[in-house]
Amino acid sequence: MADRYVLAVDQGTTSTRSLVFDRGGRMVAVRQREHRQFFPRPGWVEHDPMEIWANTQRTAAQVLNDVAGRGDVVALGIANQRETTVVWDRATGQPVLRALVWQDTRTADLVSELAARPDADQVAERCGMAIAGYFSGPRLRWILDHVPRARERAERGQLLFGTMETWLIWNLTGGPDGGVHVTDVTNASRTLLMDVRTCRWDPDLLAFFGIPAAMLPEIRPSIGVLGVASALSPALPIAGALGDQQAALFGQACFSPGEAKCTYGTGSFLLQNTGTELVHTRSGSISTVAYQLAGEPVRYALEGSVAVAGALVQWLRDGLGLIGTAPEVETLARTVSDNGGCYVVPAFSGLLAPHWRGEARGLVAGLTSYVTKGHLARAVLEATGWQTRDVVRAMAADSGLSLPALRVDGGMTTNNLLMQFVADALDTPVVRPMVGETVSLGAAYAAGLAVGVWSDVEALRRNWHRAAQWSPSPARARALTEEYPKWERAVQLSIAWGVP
Amino acid sequence: MPGSVQSIERAAAILQVVAASGGRLGVTDIAEAVGLAKTTTHSLLRTLLLVGFVDQDRSTGRYALGTGLLRLGSNLDVNELRARASNWADALAARSGHAVRLATLVGEEVIVVHHVFRPDDSAQVLEVGVPLPRATTALGKVLFAHSHQHTGQRTTRSGAGATAELAEVRARGWATERGEHEPGLGGIAAPVRGPGGLVVASLGVSGPQSALFDARGVPRSPVLTMVTDAAHSVSRELGHGGG
Repeated sequence: MADRYVLAVDQGTTSTRSLVFDRGGRMVAVRQREHRQFFPRPGWVEHDPMEIWANTQRTAAQVLNDVAGRGDVVALGIANQRETTVVWDRATGQPVLRALVWQDTRTADLVSELAARPDADQVAERCGMAIAGYFSGPRLRWILDHVPRARERAERGQLLFGTMETWLIWNLTGGPDGGVHVTDVTNASRTLLMDVRTCRWDPDLLAFFGIPAAMLPEIRPSIGVLGVASALSPALPIAGALGDQQAALFGQACFSPGEAKCTYGTGSFLLQNTGTELVHTRSGSISTVAYQLAGEPVRYALEGSVAVAGALVQWLRDGLGLIGTAPEVETLARTVSDNGGCYVVPAFSGLLAPHWRGEARGLVAGLTSYVTKGHLARAVLEATGWQTRDVVRAMAADSGLSLPALRVDGGMTTNNLLMQFVADALDTPVVRPMVGETVSLGAAYAAGLAVGVWSDVEALRRNWHRAAQWSPSPARARALTEEYPKWERAVQLSIAWGVP
Repeated sequence: MPGSVQSIERAAAILQVVAASGGRLGVTDIAEAVGLAKTTTHSLLRTLLLVGFVDQDRSTGRYALGTGLLRLGSNLDVNELRARASNWADALAARSGHAVRLATLVGEEVIVVHHVFRPDDSAQVLEVGVPLPRATTALGKVLFAHSHQHTGQRTTRSGAGATAELAEVRARGWATERGEHEPGLGGIAAPVRGPGGLVVASLGVSGPQSALFDARGVPRSPVLTMVTDAAHSVSRELGHGGG
């Protein structure tokens, strides 16, 4: 019998990738295509949805061709960049303007206006997260306010809204010719428009943000058949869809309450499974949907998003020219044995979790003539470790769940100095899995689970293998706990600096 | 210049001309400048292109100094090496079912720069930074076989047998250990080459001797092929072989 394979599409911020996985969770083929980034004004970031759709078709066809004859591809799962917002014409399939990307900050004024309204408190209460420009609802509102006749056409049902998975599923299932207009519950939970308890669009939130219900997709479980991708050959059932960070949580096999993963890329994204209970957040983490299997209750997660992690190392390379390549930061950091009293707070465009202070700006604190570029490199790496501690502390305060171990992925996990620092700063083992492609693997797992390639999540758990572990040193953990208030002071200074 | 090698002298002359021209010369001009036949110059340039010492503009055909020259002054950064090898090392561990290590020479010591656990979720300790004996481990033998220390006169620690083994390692492109370092522990390793073809690291698996070798001590072919393929892939990633 031929092997059964699953196709995953990872629609990311810089590229679209199609990957095929076997039943062992091993990648057997991959194709990738980058798309253009548009920066029409400072703070504005856009993608061309048609280009992304074309790249999806092309890479999927290529990768299906790569494995032709080797096995049967039986399902498609999609993971996508979250909060990126598309609005298009139902009849023609043409977007009304380019997609507003999650990094886009044009809604800042609109968000301050909305947050100042007397009825703004209900938003966090209903949807689990405070009003911020990071989420897709305000972007959708901006489009309705700025594209001529958009609101009127949306009210008449002529325009459709979607995040990237919605846009791709609609096109894959026929587009203007009978395309299925659905979103998965994890992506819907990032709009500020969904009641996080019932997982339905909330009429009061729609009224608050001024969004016509007619343009919204149907909210569906993340794991379950959403439609048939008739645009592909062979036509595959689309059986899973998740926001990329939730996909990584699923790909890391964090199925039990307390299990958590952190992806260290440009930013860092820590998600902790909290089970079927929604955790009330007060400490700066956010409550989000982790995933939902069709016919089962929603699983929730706490999330701590940090805007700048690997991006700080890139700044050391491109902004300061202190290193030639990103991995060399570890070499430079190892020229010294500590940070020399130096702290770097990378609040380049404010601080996300757990502080949520958009006005904060970056700073280097503790400079003396003793500090060298080696100390600076160490402080750069430590900043990512300290921020992980900030987030984990907020989550522990909110959920009361202990963290047995932190599962990590992303480019920075090859940095042993950083991974050891994270283990010591959290006083928790840090483990890296054998398959680093956790986002696409999570999408493949979701789809394969829905069509029976895997029987249950326990079968997926057996595919997870540890490739490396960094164990905390008790002495270092104690020393870092003593040092932590200095970092906290540096963070307070960065917030104070940004206050006008 | 008694005992000088003609082709190296000619290559050096070509590099000087290319450096001075600022990337404005094609093969005809360069041949004229160094006083060689165009075919000779062309074949020298092709070799220099292969090792990355010159680059050629695809549209104009003109030559400039290559990035390989810039890297000559500095050894490959070990953290860069780990980052570039990581995906291949993970795949090797997942496919072979054995622990994977990447090692390099730091001074005269063989040091583990990357370690992927055996994928059985048993308790294992990360061995990055750990020194290995160079005479009794597969990783050490590969590095030792290709290091200048060995090709000189400094082989006093190893006898004639060891010298023959290292010559064989160089010739066939892989090394083994069968219980010499730790009883019952086997290892297979292959060289990782940098842009100019220089061996910069060794990549290998380790596991029970019986899993890696047959009763006659011959490496089991699927594992051996996985190791040499992975080492080639990392070499390509580093820019060896025109990739």
